[in-house]
Amino acid sequence: MATKKIMYINRVTPHSGLTAKESLDVVLIGAAFEQDVALAFIDDGVYQLLKDQQPEKTGSRHVAKSFAALGDYDVRKIYVEQESLDERGLSEADLVDLRHENPEDDYRDTASIRLISREKLARLFGRQDVLFNF
Amino acid sequence: MQFAILINSDPNQSPAVRSALKFTRAALEAGHTIQRVFFYQGAVTTASDMLLPPQNEEKVGELWSELAEKYKLELVVCIAAAQRRGVWSEAEAGRLGYKAHNLRADYTISGLGQLIEASVESDRLVSFG
Repeated sequence: MATKKIMYINRVTPHSGLTAKESLDVVLIGAAFEQDVALAFIDDGVYQLLKDQQPEKTGSRHVAKSFAALGDYDVRKIYVEQESLDERGLSEADLVDLRHENPEDDYRDTASIRLISREKLARLFGRQDVLFNF
Repeated sequence: MQFAILINSDPNQSPAVRSALKFTRAALEAGHTIQRVFFYQGAVTTASDMLLPPQNEEKVGELWSELAEKYKLELVVCIAAAQRRGVWSEAEAGRLGYKAHNLRADYTISGLGQLIEASVESDRLVSFG
């Protein structure tokens, strides 16, 4: 199978239905296909990465906790749109600290989340082969 | 060009399933090929043959069946999304002890790997909803 650049775009809040969970399911299954994978969080999707969520109180799932496993699935590129954070009064300090062992840097423990401007992210979309939009 | 089609939204809450049908039909009529149509999230209910819309409304699942028969399309329904939403093939229902099954003929139940494979092997993945 060919290798393609696949980006998963997450746009909705974490507990409004199953979308965040069902997006993550595609990412995790897709990881087994050894593609060049990246995630992007834009608009209300940035709320999915908020730390200290307590969804168990409403019977919802802790999707932010599941994201912690992404590094083990070789999903190392997680882009968060700066403007989406700004518009919601959030900063990087409000987000979960996702990490991975970087094979290009002697497996050093490295942060997975990269803040990116709207303009740069738009260009990054243009460089992908496949966009999944959830 | 070879397209893969992904549909995510419930046909009763979004035009995605109908838009995808129109796109797929137009692409086929223009001579393109469709690698696979993948129903995910709420769109899986399209594949139920126990839906009864009022007489003046179209049965969109049936329209997909007709298109699939004409062009030998592969209509794949995500198993995990289908189980959550009560769409069962006879085999899956039997395996897990459910008495009823409702998957339309012309549709098959399979896993998310089929979606990833379709997105990698086709020239373009087109998502709806």
